[in-house]
Amino acid sequence: MKNVLEFIENSAKNFPDKVAFSDESNSITYIELLKMSKTIGTALVKKNNIKNKPIAVFLDKTVFALTAFFGTVYSGNFYTVIDSMMPADRISTIFESLHPVAIITDNEHLKIAESIENCGEIILLEDALRQQIDDKKLAEIRSNSIDTDPLYSLFTSGSTGVPKGTVVSHKNVIAYSEWVSETFDITSETIFGSQTPFYFSMSVLDVFSTIRNGATFHIIPKKYFSFPIKLLEYVRDREVNTIYWVPSALSIVANWKALDYVELPKLKKVLFAGEVMPTKQLNMWIKKRPDLFYANLYGPTETTDICTYYVVDRKFKDDETLPIGKHCNNCDVMILTEDNRLAEVGEEGELCARGSFLAMGYYNNPEKTKEVFVQNPLNTAYPEIIYKTGDLVKLNEKGEIIYISRKDYQIKHMGYRIELGEIEAAAGSIEKIKTCVCIYNESEDKIVFIYEGSKMTDSELMNKLSEKLPVYMRPNVIKRIKQIPYNQNGKIDRKLLKQTYKDI
Amino acid sequence: MEKKILEILSEVKPGVDFEGRTDLIDAGVLASFDIISLVSELNDEFDVEISVVDLVPENFNSVEAMAKMIKRLEDED
Repeated sequence: MKNVLEFIENSAKNFPDKVAFSDESNSITYIELLKMSKTIGTALVKKNNIKNKPIAVFLDKTVFALTAFFGTVYSGNFYTVIDSMMPADRISTIFESLHPVAIITDNEHLKIAESIENCGEIILLEDALRQQIDDKKLAEIRSNSIDTDPLYSLFTSGSTGVPKGTVVSHKNVIAYSEWVSETFDITSETIFGSQTPFYFSMSVLDVFSTIRNGATFHIIPKKYFSFPIKLLEYVRDREVNTIYWVPSALSIVANWKALDYVELPKLKKVLFAGEVMPTKQLNMWIKKRPDLFYANLYGPTETTDICTYYVVDRKFKDDETLPIGKHCNNCDVMILTEDNRLAEVGEEGELCARGSFLAMGYYNNPEKTKEVFVQNPLNTAYPEIIYKTGDLVKLNEKGEIIYISRKDYQIKHMGYRIELGEIEAAAGSIEKIKTCVCIYNESEDKIVFIYEGSKMTDSELMNKLSEKLPVYMRPNVIKRIKQIPYNQNGKIDRKLLKQTYKDI
Repeated sequence: MEKKILEILSEVKPGVDFEGRTDLIDAGVLASFDIISLVSELNDEFDVEISVVDLVPENFNSVEAMAKMIKRLEDED
């Protein structure tokens, strides 16, 4: 196998009339997915006789967006997913480095697409879908493809504010989806309820393990994530048995006790990643549904999606942190200290990954690529690239990896090295707190603690915190807000909080 | 009450004309997480408790629908 389109072709052969993807208003079977993708692929070939070039997909999260992705791949090129809600300015910034040869959009988004600079040729999905499939041409393109050709590029915001486009190959996704399928027993019986946007690496898990196994994938409309009962009714009505959501989305369900109102008899597996899962909310899920399979996944876009995972196999107290576990099959990880040796048990170090999940690098950005995709310092015998995640971790006595924080979240306060995540984990177990975030005001050396939850006096909160945290880890400023903000991916918007509350 | 709700809405989501619209949720004017902050504002302002059962799109698609829900919750008290 060298190309992910073989997943679709196999599933179209084995399950032609089975629903592959659905959204709120449409659904497509495997045979329809195959035909539509080939149609769009042919349309793209007719317009641009090019290979391994970026094509932007500027569409809402619908089944049509998926046909545009695979259509791009049929044309021998790779796709970039652009958030349809993203302001034109930011898109133009991305396109300055990406230079897409074309942008696929629909009539609804045409106006915005036309206002984007450097967007390449505009291709209307409605027109592309009217093409005649040219099987001969598509076969010729395939015969020249290799498994290290790029499949997609996803943009993540860099610390400097300039987005970086991680280039992921067919080989990466083939290796990654194999691990997903064997580890979580994804089969043609699997029915996913998808939360994460397509421009977010987490969606790679459900999309590609779906087509690989002939499973079914239901897009859950984003608006339901503010209406927990509607959300669960949707999950129930579509007979979803597997979800892979960000912890914030799972927490909304737990905090509103929505599982008390809607039963989900078909649900079997709950996977999560993208941010730290608060143990209190996970315990609320487990208490209500002890029968489910829960797993905590960890990884960046640069390792396709995930590099370590932990299947929840024991009880955790509300103030304990879940491990991120061990490396995935066919993807190795190591914990490197600052002087480039393997960390001992309990010793902090940077998590680094190697193997087939490792992306190709950042598109048109050799400087950034060189910083984090580096020669394995433990191997001087032949070229071998590892990816430095920038995340600090340690091994516990059980040999499980424990996530500590981003390298740049670690602060020095009153002479102590402090992980803000540790304060959040301790405070998050306090009953009145629904969600909390810690930020650090460097200029005044103050820890600012922001929470959403029931009203309490600052001294009440400080008393509770003093039971859990040493003096130097207790916050200097406390702020209760009505709503912790979330970003487009559904994760806590730490950047916005930092901007807003850094100086109070 | 409608006036107060409009005020709250413009705080939660500035720069949008909410009056007369009946598709605030369906058209995505109020996005995912706006609703949850709106709920806590409404709870505080009108001293009601909007429960998860009331948290359905129909109750938030228009200012009138929100007012109706709040009145009902006030009567139930």
